[in-house]
Amino acid sequence: MRDVFLKRLCELAARDERIMLLTGDLGFKVLDEFSSRFKGRFINVGVAEQNMAGIAAGLALEGKTVFIYSIANFPSLRCIEQIRNDVCYHQANVKILSIGSGFSYGQLGMSHHATEDITIMRALPGLRVLSPCEDWETVFCCEYSVAEQGPFHIRIDKASAPSTAKPHEVFRPEKLRRVTDGDDVSIIATGSILGEALAAADILASKGIGLRVYACHSLKPFDSAELFSAVRETQGLLTLEEHTVEGGLGGIVAEILLEEGVIPGFFQRIGLRDKFASVVGAQDYLRGHYGLTASDIVSTIEARFPISNQTRRGTCD
Amino acid sequence: MGACFSMADIISVLYGKYLNVHPTAPTWKERDRFILSKGHAGACLYAALAECRFFPISNLKTHYQNGSKLSGHVSHIDIPGVEFSTGSLGHGLPVAAGMAMAALMDGHSNRVVCLLSDGECDEGSVWEAALFAAHHKLKNLVAIIDYNKIQSLASVDETLALEPFADKWSAFGWKVFEVDGHNHEEILMGLTKASDVNGPSVLLAHTTKGKGVSFMENSVLWHYRTAKDKEFDDALQELMAL
Repeated sequence: MRDVFLKRLCELAARDERIMLLTGDLGFKVLDEFSSRFKGRFINVGVAEQNMAGIAAGLALEGKTVFIYSIANFPSLRCIEQIRNDVCYHQANVKILSIGSGFSYGQLGMSHHATEDITIMRALPGLRVLSPCEDWETVFCCEYSVAEQGPFHIRIDKASAPSTAKPHEVFRPEKLRRVTDGDDVSIIATGSILGEALAAADILASKGIGLRVYACHSLKPFDSAELFSAVRETQGLLTLEEHTVEGGLGGIVAEILLEEGVIPGFFQRIGLRDKFASVVGAQDYLRGHYGLTASDIVSTIEARFPISNQTRRGTCD
Repeated sequence: MGACFSMADIISVLYGKYLNVHPTAPTWKERDRFILSKGHAGACLYAALAECRFFPISNLKTHYQNGSKLSGHVSHIDIPGVEFSTGSLGHGLPVAAGMAMAALMDGHSNRVVCLLSDGECDEGSVWEAALFAAHHKLKNLVAIIDYNKIQSLASVDETLALEPFADKWSAFGWKVFEVDGHNHEEILMGLTKASDVNGPSVLLAHTTKGKGVSFMENSVLWHYRTAKDKEFDDALQELMAL
């Protein structure tokens, strides 16, 4: 996803000389195309993320479209106040590009796990939060973030995630994308962990359970309309994220549904629960260790669906 | 108020003699940019902008009042002439560096000036920006330090000593001009000389917190306090006599 994003960014930068890319001394080899083609529009600011965000705000207020690039939490949490005060309060045209969402850098340890950024970043007024689920969405998220004025936080996996787009499918920005049809249970996933939801759908289909899988690339703004349809048209709802459920996708969905009074037959947030990952492992291994895999989704659904009287009563999570 | 009075002369020179800004065109592309990074002294900036007719002087009465736009720390929203909102220390210089870089990239001749407090230089982000500005030879960037040597709880020396302060800036690759921060000629001379430097410059402006009011000078208390009633009258009397 990182590579397709940067490739598209280069294509856009070739046509728009306002686009700049700043990095906090990361991106070995992967930023070479941008830096060599657009000298003067690429700046390695060094290991100085607060400065990077401030400089980006200054450049943006002078008319530039500025991407700030780093990995995991470095371009976000490390300089959160600069993003809040300098970027968001001024609605500066700065796009925070964080490579390595979730456990993308699993083996490197918790300092490199982006597992709380959705919660924190979505709280900042005026900051849109994108979390594409696969390569096809990533390309469009790049285009969208350039086309739209204002701050964005864009979190993407380092690795490739195969496209799930149907032939001739049109990307609809900020909309939930229904990837599989199903009328029994819905699941909304964000990020590349969508793949686990799709695998779960296959398993459940063989057991006669229809899982409707949604890909959520836009956490803020969030597509409430389609969310309500999902709840009204199926009998239960899950959310899936390689991230804490506290204020992440699970939190977003819970807030919207409860405030609107649209209550699923059952509701379950799947994600991390108040934990740092101190176990070492690659992304797949950690998903397995922390209960975020297709088989975990299947077991969760089989425990709740079909809905018994016990399941139905007061069991929002 | 102490924080405002230590920089009042600097602000007077900036808006009276140096900055190329126009109240009728506050967003003119070629204007000089000024960022007050020590945002807690916003009242001083607002006063200067009002004097320069960026907005009516009568608006100053709304400062700090319910429903006002003139917040305690400087805000840009709906206030012509304010480039950037600040309040949390350490933010201004990186932004100023970004603006300076943009100007150089685009071939504009405007300058960018950023006024910081001395205590603010405890913030690491100031030094990140200092490294960056020197590395990229941002010759259109001038920082001014309101060096009144007092910060929130005690003196700078007692809190986190900055001396040798000039040496530090110099070591970071900045051209340093030490000036009396209450001498208008010296301030202007320093700013003018900065134009000849092929890189960023810093004016270390030696100032007195609460300058001009005898009971406020060099007092930590007046970092926080606003004069009321008799204190206000006495202060005004002393200032009018200057």
